[in-house]
Amino acid sequence: MPTAEQTLDEILSLAAAHFKVPREKLSPDDDFFKMLGIDSLQTLDLLTKLENHFRVELPDYELQGVSDFRTLAGKIQARL
Amino acid sequence: MNQFQGQALSWKLEQGIIELALHRAPCNEIGSLSLEELEKFASALSELEQSAHALVIHSEMKPGFCAGADLRELYTRSQQMEKNAAQTGVRDFVQRIHRVLNRIDSAPLTTIAAVHGVTFGGGLELALVCDLIIADKMARFCFPELRLGLIPGFGGIPRLKRDLGNAVVRDLLLTGRSFNATKAQQAGLASQVVSEGEALRAARATASQLGKFDRHTAKVAKSFIKPIPYDELEREIDLFCELFSEPAVEAGLKKFVESTDAQPYLP
Repeated sequence: MPTAEQTLDEILSLAAAHFKVPREKLSPDDDFFKMLGIDSLQTLDLLTKLENHFRVELPDYELQGVSDFRTLAGKIQARL
Repeated sequence: MNQFQGQALSWKLEQGIIELALHRAPCNEIGSLSLEELEKFASALSELEQSAHALVIHSEMKPGFCAGADLRELYTRSQQMEKNAAQTGVRDFVQRIHRVLNRIDSAPLTTIAAVHGVTFGGGLELALVCDLIIADKMARFCFPELRLGLIPGFGGIPRLKRDLGNAVVRDLLLTGRSFNATKAQQAGLASQVVSEGEALRAARATASQLGKFDRHTAKVAKSFIKPIPYDELEREIDLFCELFSEPAVEAGLKKFVESTDAQPYLP
């Protein structure tokens, strides 16, 4: 099982690649809505990418209020 | 009419396969325009069926297959009308979409929904009338209606119940959460999951294969295995319309329409 730091790093790389944002511009505590410039439909895309990549289920309601990569990583880590 | 090019959708018939393409921005929300064109399609089906063995429904819009009913139109129109008139208008709309979906559901063709991205609410209900759902791995399925104080109104519950175990139906309906394609396949909702951008290609390949079978036999098999739950569908219309008259719905629609939240689909 990956460590929490590895999970976080994978999320940052995945988000950067999917939304074509330079990886070095993303930090763990960034607001991903702002940094990635994504709307609600693109947020669903990110959720699906993450579920497929980590092979986990992330119920939408667990992500309510989550806006930074670190907290998101914690939610995923809890389901690995 | 073997071809049609509308504002919300288009269709063409080639080599025995009817392709119905949805292309209304942003994500094929079903409002009055889409309904009118879907009714045109339903009317044309009798003629199309004479030369076809399969129907593929897909979306040309990047965000997904269909985000469901056009809630902005529904809210705006209901605000412009007196309450009783709004309720009558909603019942009329729902009955019309049911007629279209029942027609596609009962078509003597093998029908395939090739879905990607957002397949929510009425979009999932449209996919559920099809015999097979082929999902791109980025597809997401959801019935978010409870968040608006409603239940799915385009036949979703009876058709989902026809296809899946009641526990899965309750999970989708009562939590309002979305499923990805893998989960949808595990639950029995999607028959195939394919790579990103490959759903239409896979649906065409499947539709070509179906052309090898005797049409009469395929029609008999379909009518045997896929009964249409007309009584439950009628009951759903009544329940939907009863709920639509509740104040919670207006508040829910207002919240959705006016939301600037990045995640308005969350409860």
